[in-house]
Amino acid sequence: MSSISYFISRLLQIIPTFLIVMVIIFMLVRALPGDPAIAMADAKATAEQLEQIRQRLGLNEPIWVQFGLFVKNTLTGNLGDSILLKAPVTEVIFERLPASGFLALYSVLFSLLIAGPLAFVAALNRNGWIDITIRSAFQIGLSTPVFYIGLILLTFLAAKMRWFPVGGYGATFWEHMHHLLLPALTVALYTSAIIMRNLRSSVIEVVDAEYVQFARAKGLPEHIILGRHVLRNALISTVTLLGLSIGNLMSGTLVTETVFAVPGVGRLMLDAIFARDYPLIQGLTLTFAVLVSIIFLLTDMIQAMLDPRLRVS
Amino acid sequence: MTETKTDFGTCPRLLEVSNLSTSFSAGTKQLRAVDDVSFHVNEGEVLGIVGESGSGKSITLRSIIGLSRRYGQVSGEVNWQGNNLVTMPERDLRKIRGKDIAMIFQEPMSSLNPLLTVGLQIGENLTEHTDLDKRGRKNRAIELLEMVGIPDAVNRLNDYPHQFSGGMRQRVMIAIALASNPKLLLADEPTTALDVTIQKQILKLILDLSKDLGMAVILVTHDLGVAAQTCDRLAVMYGGKLVETGNTREVLRAPQHRYTMGLLKSVPENIEPRTQLYSLPGTPPSLLNLPLGCAFAPRCAHAVDECSRAKPPLVGDAHQVACFNPVNQGQTPIGAA
Repeated sequence: MSSISYFISRLLQIIPTFLIVMVIIFMLVRALPGDPAIAMADAKATAEQLEQIRQRLGLNEPIWVQFGLFVKNTLTGNLGDSILLKAPVTEVIFERLPASGFLALYSVLFSLLIAGPLAFVAALNRNGWIDITIRSAFQIGLSTPVFYIGLILLTFLAAKMRWFPVGGYGATFWEHMHHLLLPALTVALYTSAIIMRNLRSSVIEVVDAEYVQFARAKGLPEHIILGRHVLRNALISTVTLLGLSIGNLMSGTLVTETVFAVPGVGRLMLDAIFARDYPLIQGLTLTFAVLVSIIFLLTDMIQAMLDPRLRVS
Repeated sequence: MTETKTDFGTCPRLLEVSNLSTSFSAGTKQLRAVDDVSFHVNEGEVLGIVGESGSGKSITLRSIIGLSRRYGQVSGEVNWQGNNLVTMPERDLRKIRGKDIAMIFQEPMSSLNPLLTVGLQIGENLTEHTDLDKRGRKNRAIELLEMVGIPDAVNRLNDYPHQFSGGMRQRVMIAIALASNPKLLLADEPTTALDVTIQKQILKLILDLSKDLGMAVILVTHDLGVAAQTCDRLAVMYGGKLVETGNTREVLRAPQHRYTMGLLKSVPENIEPRTQLYSLPGTPPSLLNLPLGCAFAPRCAHAVDECSRAKPPLVGDAHQVACFNPVNQGQTPIGAA
């Protein structure tokens, strides 16, 4: 089948994306005001010491040699040492990544569980009172700041009722599930609103399509018409949106991670920015870029699985 | 194609539609798409419903198998083997729909699900209406595709609709419709979206299948030429009402309704090149705002006072017409005004 060649061609498209990302990161860091050598050394460093650091970082080399060095180091997984945590950037990031990944997937799962059925119910009762209630409820969710929802959940369910811990990540899978339930729910309230709106309008678009009428004319039961003919077609555009929101969540749960004290990369990024930890910022940005690329690749794969028309190049 | 006509008057009635009305709410107004329509279909015959766009032909078809009632109000009676399909619960209707009464749609491009293989789209019909196992369904699907003339059917089950041409897709749709040997096929403008050469093939296919399987067909079309070539009987619709029904030959040779006459006159036939073609004056009425009397009266040159006051009833035996001032028998369609 042509799906394999489609997959390979899609995979190859990632290479230029990464190159561009690396150029941008490289330029941004160099465009920042100040001397990284001064930032790295302590305040009382002599001119000789600074020169030494510059030599070690290769800052005296021509810019294109520096870029080559940067690419080479990146590809070998050497992203330098974090100034803040005094440890290799790669090590720090990999330590924090699982919590964020868990939170992202957890909240996407929640979003789907909330948004999927409600979008369907709303679409099938278009403009009825059920539809209007559902849409209004989500509008409120969408317009309330994430940290505010987080704080409310934290105050009542964690601090007052003591059903959930107020922070942390836990050690085992079930502990993760327990610790991250509130943060995941907080994020999901927002994402599910976006997914609900999109899925609702796609279902409305698909539900009166001729092929759905034809399926009905065949005498198929309603659950097959909805599940096989409506849902699959409606999902195509929602899958794209889902991919985008997971991409956002990987780096964008910063506020939630801070409110719930989750040891994830979002909070790490915030700390790195405040500490002007350039190597760490650089490493995190690169990691996000890689993750987002992989998620988009997966999104495209899922779409090609759903829609045979995309498989023909 | 129409030389050997069986006399279907003696055949038992397969479907009897009485006083069928379908209306949809459009804002505060009621849109009456089908207005008190009565007709019947005999076993094995091809009935043509002709009329221009918006005359209610498609909605009539869709009302028969209950596809319209999700969107509007359907009343009247559709008698199928002693049961009224209009009031039949969805669960029971589903067992008839797609099995005894199948339907094919106008747009082969948009009427097949683009995400599912052709094999699956035939198979799901078989799963629903037959006891065949997986292997049996596959064999039957191949058989059906061969029957509608799809070359290399064995290797096409796993293909998707976009891998077929328009004409082939229409054949696939017919194959799906025929899956469980229906007694009645509702064909909603099955050739409108196809080019002329393909149109001929598809019509011939439908006619051949109807003859071979003893299947009755209601063919909805706006193309009088198509209707003349294929149908045993004709029903002409205008503004949601039936205005004339009868034997195809009689209706075409001696039309009694002014609208049918106008339609026939607009078919260019034996006309000198570069002469202006005839077209009916005016436009079809809006279904939201139908006149009190005959819907055709505002466009009719022969309207009498009564036409704007009351709706003419459909009267007659074999050849029925709904007109207060019908065409005289002596008049011929060509040259008459």
